[in-house]
Amino acid sequence: MTATVPTTIPTSDVDPFAHEVLEDPLPMHAALREAGPVVHLSRHDVYAMARYAEVHAALTDWQGFQSAAGVGLSNFRYEEPWRPPSLLLEADPPRHDAPRRVLQKVLGPRALRRLHEHWRADAEALVDEVLAAGTEFDAVPVLTEVFPLRVFPDAVGIPDDGRENLLPYGDHAFNAFGPANDLVAKGAPRVAELSGWVAAQCRREVLAPGGFGAEIWAASDRGEITPEQAPLVVRSLLTAGVDTTVHALSAILHAFATHPAQWDRLRAEPSLARVAFDEAVRWESPVQTFFRTATTDVRVGDVVVPEGRKILMFLGAANRDPRRWADPDAFDLSRDPSGHVGFGMGIHQCVGQHVARLEAEALLTALARRVRAIAPAGTPVRHHNNTLRAWESLPVRLTPA
Amino acid sequence: MTASVSAPALASAPASADVATLRVVDKQVRADGVVTLDLASPSGGRLRDWTPGAHVDLVLPGGLTRQYSLCGDRFDPATYRVGVLLEPGSRGGSAYVHRELAVGDLVGVGGPRNNFPLVPSERYLFVAGGIGITPLLPMVRQAEALGADWRLLYGGRERRSMAFLDELAAFGDRVLVRPQDETGLLDLAGFLGRPRPGVRVYSCGPAPLLAAMERACADWPPYTLRTERFVAVDGGAPARTAPFEVELARTGTTVVVDPGSTVLDALGRVGVEVLSSCRRGVCGTCETTVLAGRPDHRDALLDDDERAANDCMYVCVSRSRDERLVLDL
Ligand code: HEM
Ligand code: FES
Repeated sequence: MTATVPTTIPTSDVDPFAHEVLEDPLPMHAALREAGPVVHLSRHDVYAMARYAEVHAALTDWQGFQSAAGVGLSNFRYEEPWRPPSLLLEADPPRHDAPRRVLQKVLGPRALRRLHEHWRADAEALVDEVLAAGTEFDAVPVLTEVFPLRVFPDAVGIPDDGRENLLPYGDHAFNAFGPANDLVAKGAPRVAELSGWVAAQCRREVLAPGGFGAEIWAASDRGEITPEQAPLVVRSLLTAGVDTTVHALSAILHAFATHPAQWDRLRAEPSLARVAFDEAVRWESPVQTFFRTATTDVRVGDVVVPEGRKILMFLGAANRDPRRWADPDAFDLSRDPSGHVGFGMGIHQCVGQHVARLEAEALLTALARRVRAIAPAGTPVRHHNNTLRAWESLPVRLTPA
Repeated sequence: MTASVSAPALASAPASADVATLRVVDKQVRADGVVTLDLASPSGGRLRDWTPGAHVDLVLPGGLTRQYSLCGDRFDPATYRVGVLLEPGSRGGSAYVHRELAVGDLVGVGGPRNNFPLVPSERYLFVAGGIGITPLLPMVRQAEALGADWRLLYGGRERRSMAFLDELAAFGDRVLVRPQDETGLLDLAGFLGRPRPGVRVYSCGPAPLLAAMERACADWPPYTLRTERFVAVDGGAPARTAPFEVELARTGTTVVVDPGSTVLDALGRVGVEVLSSCRRGVCGTCETTVLAGRPDHRDALLDDDERAANDCMYVCVSRSRDERLVLDL
């Protein structure tokens, strides 16, 4: 039998996508965490979770919190998506199964072993080039954008022409998870052109043999996904694999520039590179938010989120929840960042996480070997995006070892 | 604002020790010689997710490991169901499950892993022989839910020995039930019809059935037929239920892992931090190189060949078959 009881839910009129908030979301995160396990955001009429326990639980409960109605504000049950939905990110089981299985194999830790040596060599070559050109520069265009753009598109196997389209395309895709604000409008004029270019890179004919893209097509030859699905699975790599890593690398460089003792620690113990990167992903949460849609009335604490409603999960707030993390605002290599939700959790957990870690490990190891100190050399500038926490510019001064 | 108090509550995931040891919460006879076991976490939390065609490795008391297909409802996050046939002459796995294993007992669980995934298609033909129905049961439910065009041919010795007939009856004439004592050998050619593209054929059952399927599908396009056959994978030594030692090659330290704790926890206690994430053997983050010793793999990631290589393990859930493992840490 179903009884009805009145419940009260904390409400906030904050707009998480306003420029002041994107500039520094931490005060809003703290307020939402304090307000309760789930909060109603009146501006967008959605529910929100900012505490670790609830965000972790919602991420893993795909039965109750679906992705196929979109993982942005837009509800695909009523609204037309701006592009054909992702077969991974915006899909539920059972349709999610086959594309996920294929990509998990192609991007799994064992499959990436063959890239270790190449990426390490590429990272060392880049750091040498950069240091030879000067020791004071803006790290975003010189290091954190360059390295992923050098190794990742090659690993996917797309041609050289037009790679400068990858960052603006990804930036727009991540903006499009938010409301139709000025950030979305800014990207709109190029959507058709960029989408056309991306679609052209997903075709079998253009993808180099041996790359992730060719392997996805080979899986379709074996019937593991359909030939219609293959280009969309390749598209997932091109959308989700570039901006995210660039911003994560910026996050860790900024973290080290502002925490010199932690840099010394990494130099003394280079095997900490992996932990350091995940600590930076926890601390900064390059992907700040994703939405889910309730498939049924779900009780959270003493509040019920009604069926069909959108829930905004603040990964960034969960990753600094003092209920889960001691001294959460500290960037600290002696912490065990395991279990952070910066890559998500559950069946949609970032399928590219091993790629991101490998890129970061390669670059950090090369830097740790050649650079004694990293210091800020000016005021860093944020890049605003409805989903991503990013830097536009990070002036740094390096002291060669 | 009003709300229904009967709404399901958001529950968090259990720690890793729970996902690799489950409790038998129900045991039912489904047909002559077939029982199902329902398994759940002792703490009642979510189990590792699975897809139709997946199996789990059950580590039975005494350390025998046996693979069983999951045949329950994948939308139920808290329960696994496996169907177990009493193998004639069995002194090990299936006899133990039938005669000894009781509601309330704990069993070790590895996986779920899937060597037999249901690939996307609009048309499926399923052929089950005897207990081979177990992996196909969730597949037909899924094909139905997706609105695919599908048929199941289900053969067995005699009607009494064929499990899940009641459940399958709901699908009407999509399911052809063919007990051998009533209708003779399965008419595979008649069921399959002429070779045509776009159809996926799935079959599970005894070796002679699978051999007949290979022949019957010889003229079909490549990758049409998918089969699953379980081979005994005991890897020599049974899984250990006793404590074992883990030696860390780089530091020379040795730690003891007792049955109640994971390798990851044991490493943490001596200050060796291995990055982890899901702590359920599904994400791959805690992969660690194995230099010596044979792991007791409990993850949902490695396939049989990768397991047999014994060159890496996921320390959040996997354990040891040998008294000592040497890790590259
Ligand atoms: C540090 C860098 C990265 C971060 C912080 C990140 C973050 C995330 C997060 C939070 C999710 C979960 C989405 C959800 O639950 O709805 C996700 C999913 C995904 N990521 Fe990443 N990602 C990163 C790098 C990459 C890379 C390098 C790739 C490609 C190689 C990639 C491809 C994907 C894909 C395809 C999904 C969807 C998976 C699914 O829904 O099954 N990501 N990522
Ligand atoms: S932490 Fe995910 S596999 Fe071990």
